Amino acid sequence: MKFLPFIFANLFRKKIRTVLTVGSFAVALFLFGLLFVVRGAFTGGVDIAGADRLVTINRTSIIQPLPLSYRDRLLKIPGVKQVTFANWFGGVYQDERNFFPQFAVDTDTMHQMFPELVISDDQWRAFVADREGAVVGENTAKRFGWKIGDRIPIRGTFIPGIWEFNIRAIYHGTRPADDTTQFWFHWRYFDERKPFGKGAVGWYTIRIDNPDRAVEIIKTIDQEFANSPWETKTDTEKAFAASWVKQFGNIQFLILTIGGVVFFTLLLVTGNTMAIAVRERIGELAVLKAIGYSDGFVLRLILAESLMVAAVGGVLGMLLAKLFTLAGDPTRGLLPFFYLPASAIVAGMVTALAVGIIAGMLPAVSAMRLRVVDALRRV
Amino acid sequence: MVRVDGNGNSSLIQVRGLDKKYQRGSEEIHVLQGLNLDVEKGEFVAFMGPSGSGKTTLLNLLGGVDVPTAGSITVAGDEITHMSRSKLTNWRARHVGFVFQVFNLIPVLTAYQNVELPLLLTKLSKAERKKHVETALAVVGLTDRIHHYPRQLSGGQEQRVAIARAIVSDPTFLLCDEPTGDLDRKSADEVMNLIQRLVAEYGKTVLMVTHDPLVAKRAHTTLHLEKGALVEAARKEVGAS
Repeated sequence: MKFLPFIFANLFRKKIRTVLTVGSFAVALFLFGLLFVVRGAFTGGVDIAGADRLVTINRTSIIQPLPLSYRDRLLKIPGVKQVTFANWFGGVYQDERNFFPQFAVDTDTMHQMFPELVISDDQWRAFVADREGAVVGENTAKRFGWKIGDRIPIRGTFIPGIWEFNIRAIYHGTRPADDTTQFWFHWRYFDERKPFGKGAVGWYTIRIDNPDRAVEIIKTIDQEFANSPWETKTDTEKAFAASWVKQFGNIQFLILTIGGVVFFTLLLVTGNTMAIAVRERIGELAVLKAIGYSDGFVLRLILAESLMVAAVGGVLGMLLAKLFTLAGDPTRGLLPFFYLPASAIVAGMVTALAVGIIAGMLPAVSAMRLRVVDALRRV
Repeated sequence: MVRVDGNGNSSLIQVRGLDKKYQRGSEEIHVLQGLNLDVEKGEFVAFMGPSGSGKTTLLNLLGGVDVPTAGSITVAGDEITHMSRSKLTNWRARHVGFVFQVFNLIPVLTAYQNVELPLLLTKLSKAERKKHVETALAVVGLTDRIHHYPRQLSGGQEQRVAIARAIVSDPTFLLCDEPTGDLDRKSADEVMNLIQRLVAEYGKTVLMVTHDPLVAKRAHTTLHLEKGALVEAARKEVGAS
C-alpha cells in the first residue's frame, strides 16, 4: 500500500499517454461488453430453455404446419405430461420497423407451459374471456406505451387485413434473459379468421415428465408420425433454440474473432506504451536499484502500473457497456435479450487484467534484468 | 586514516588486490590493477584522475553495483565481492548512500517523497518515516521546499535533496560521483559545505570522485588513480578547512 502513491505518480508523469492507453482499454472493454450482449441476444434463448420441454415442428420446415389433431396423439405418448401449440403471425404495428414477435397461442395450456413468464390470474382470466384479447410482454408494452384496455391494430402480412386486439394482460419475466417482447392472442380467433389452412398449427411445445428420458420420448414422437403426410421433427427446447440461432451464422465464432482481434491490438498498444515508459525511466530504475530496491520489486512495479491502467480502463469500459444496455435494445425489438450479465463483466475484467499483465511482462522483465552500472552509464 | 599500500587493518573499508577488466569488442581493458585501499570511519576521500582512469568504476565497485574481476572489498566486516545479487541489493540499502552528478531524483515525486524512497524498504511506520525525512531535509536546509517537485528546484537544491535521500537511512558511508559536476560555482560551494558538514558534524564517511581540484581540496585526503592503482596526492589534517 505504501507504494501506491509511487505507482500513481509514475502513471501520471505522461498524462495524455496514460489517458489514451486507459481510453484504449475502455473502448476495447466497451466493445467486448457489447459483443457479449449481442451474443447473449442470440443465444439467450438457448441458455434459459426449459430442460423438460420439447418442440415438435414439421419435418420439412418450420413454416410447414402440423395438424391440430396431433395434440391428442402427443398426449397419449408415455412420458408426455402437457402439450401446447402456437402459430407465427408476423403482423406489422404501424411501421415495419416496429418489430416484435406475435403468436397465436392455445389459451387453455399456454400459461401452464411457461410458468417463468408471470401473469396475474385476474389479467389471464380477462384475456381468456376476450376473444380479441392479447397478452403483451412488459418490454413491448413499455416500448409502445401500451396499457391494459388499449386497443391495438395490427396489419396482417401473410394473412391480409387489420386485426384489432385488446390488451388484457402484461407478462413479466422472472430471469433477466426472459424474452418479454412477445405478443400473444387467441389461436381460435386466428384459426377462424384465416381464409386457408384451418386446423393447422405452427409447432407444438411439449412438457415431459423426466428430462433424462428426452431422447427416448423424442424418438417415440417422431416414430408416431413417421410415413404420414406431416412427419415431425422433435428436439429439446434448447436444441431447437440453438438451431434457430445457427440460421444467423456462427455468431460465437464471429464474436470471438472480433474480440480476439480487438484484444490483440490492445496488447500491442499497451505493450508498446509500457516499453516506452520503461525506456524513458532507465536512469530512475537504476537509481531505485542502487539505493536498495530489488530486481523483483522493479518487475512488480512495472506490472502494477500496467495492471492499474488495465483495471481502470476495464472498469470504465464495462461501466459504459452497462449504461448502454440499461438504455435498452437500440434495434427496437430485434434483440429481445439485451442485457450485460455479471459473468460478462467478470470475463471482461479478467481479460483486461490478463492483457495488462502480458503487455507489461516484457518491459517489466527487461527492467528487472537491467544492470545498474549499464543503466547509469546511459543517463 | 587512509592508506593505499594494503597494510591497514581494522578500517571501515578494506580493498585488497582489486582488479577490474572490461571487454570492448576484441580488446580487453584493464581498468583497475591490484588496487588497495583502507578508509577509516569519518574519513572524507576524494578520487581524482583523468577520464577513463577508473574513478567511477572504483566507486561502483565500492557501492556494490558492479563486481570486480579479482580482489576483495570488505565494508564494516562484510565481504561484498562474493555476495549474491539480492544480498548485495539488501546490503546497499543498509550501508551505502549514493549521490550522483545528475542528481537522479524521480521527477514525479516531491522532495519529501524522493527522500522517503529508501525508507519505504524499511519497517518504519509512516510517522517514523516522516520524522526521518524531515530531519534529513532539515540537515540539507530544505525544510521550506519539502513539497516541491524537482522541476521547481534549482540545481543546487536538487543535489541537496539527493544528499538528503542518501543520508536519510543513516548509511555506513556515502559515495558521491562528481556531486558538483552539474552545478555553478556558488551551488557547488553550498553542496561541498554540506558534505563537509556531514563529515565534521555527523561523522559520515564520504568517498567522492571529482575532476575539480577546488572540490577535491575539501576532502581530508585526495587520491589519484594512475595506471589502475591509487596514489596519495594530498592529505590535510582533519578539522582544517
